[in-house]
Amino acid sequence: MNFNDELPEESWLDDQAGPIVRPYVMTRGRTEPIRGDFDLISLIASIRPVGAKEVGLNPEHLAIVRLCQEPLSVAEVAAHLDLPAGTIRVLLGDLLDRGYVTVQDPQPEVDMRDRRMYEAVLDGLRAL
Amino acid sequence: MDYERSDRGRSAKKLPTAIKLLVAGGFGVGKTTLVSAVSEIRPLRTEELLTDRSLGIDDVAGVEAKNTTTVAMDFGRISVGEDYVLYLFGTPGQERFWFMWDELSAGALGAVILADTRRLADCFPAVDYFERRGTPFIVAVNCFDGARQYEVDEVRLALGLPAPLPILLCDARRRESGKEVLITLVKHAMEVNGKRPASV
Ligand SMILES: Nc1nc2c(ncn2[C@@H]2O[C@H](COP(=O)(O)OP(=O)(O)OP(=O)(O)O)[C@@H](O)[C@H]2O)c(=O)[nH]1
Ligand SMILES: [Mg+2]
Repeated sequence: MNFNDELPEESWLDDQAGPIVRPYVMTRGRTEPIRGDFDLISLIASIRPVGAKEVGLNPEHLAIVRLCQEPLSVAEVAAHLDLPAGTIRVLLGDLLDRGYVTVQDPQPEVDMRDRRMYEAVLDGLRAL
Repeated sequence: MDYERSDRGRSAKKLPTAIKLLVAGGFGVGKTTLVSAVSEIRPLRTEELLTDRSLGIDDVAGVEAKNTTTVAMDFGRISVGEDYVLYLFGTPGQERFWFMWDELSAGALGAVILADTRRLADCFPAVDYFERRGTPFIVAVNCFDGARQYEVDEVRLALGLPAPLPILLCDARRRESGKEVLITLVKHAMEVNGKRPASV
């Protein structure tokens, strides 16, 4: 049976309802992730595929796990799924909690003095 | 810092470190054009909910009034080697968003302020903001066709910027020009941040 057939998608995917109702339903009204603190540029990578028996995840969770087989930033995940970054953070919190994804935090501010980082970035830019 | 989360992260494959750069400036100054010129991906768009904490206390309710605004940002990506990936955010130009910028600029390595000499004043809010915040920034003057070619010194004078702060002319449509802008920014950030005391 196709899971998607059971969902009353039309009722909340139409243009009027889209931007507000859809993310709200997807996160079941939550605005904060249960785990993690995701910057727009935190990199997300999937660790393992979602098992068939896993309950409580929606199609967007699964889409994130598929997308992040190649590491992507929170901003990229949000853009690809056409959802607000805040919604993506909530979904990522669920996935982090269940051990489906790993998150790499961005360059911490203290390392902004790391000369090797600057040299590597400059070399990379010159080679573009 | 959440060490538990970090531990879990470390057990998996090695990911590059992401670095955030901002491209700011007035409306229609060429921010998205510059991002597109240097990005390895087609620029993407994301929406972020920003909180206006500057409104302070709501007298009626007696609680902190938190107004929120959704802003859309264009962004691109540049992978540099195996270890780093740059994310370049073209940030919304409207002046009324400036007080909400802390969430966006947190952790940014630096910012490019794009200027259009026909409307130089449009970049004042960005200059003020990054000066106040201490985020390293440079000014890139986008040379639209037919616009009067200001000398860099005139722009410096008009914006009241000190001599060590890099200002350069660019063509936001050209990749080579965009590269030069980013290299100038990263070099400048290296100088500025290198002089900072260890505890930020
Ligand atoms: N002739 C010329 N046109 C340019 C240049 N840079 C940008 N443009 C054009 O100017 C217009 C605005 O450029 P955008 O890159 O969208 O500007 P923006 O700053 O992202 O605009 P907003 O996000 O709306 O504030 C577009 O039509 C560009 O094609 C340039 O260097 N020369
Ligand atoms: Mg734009």
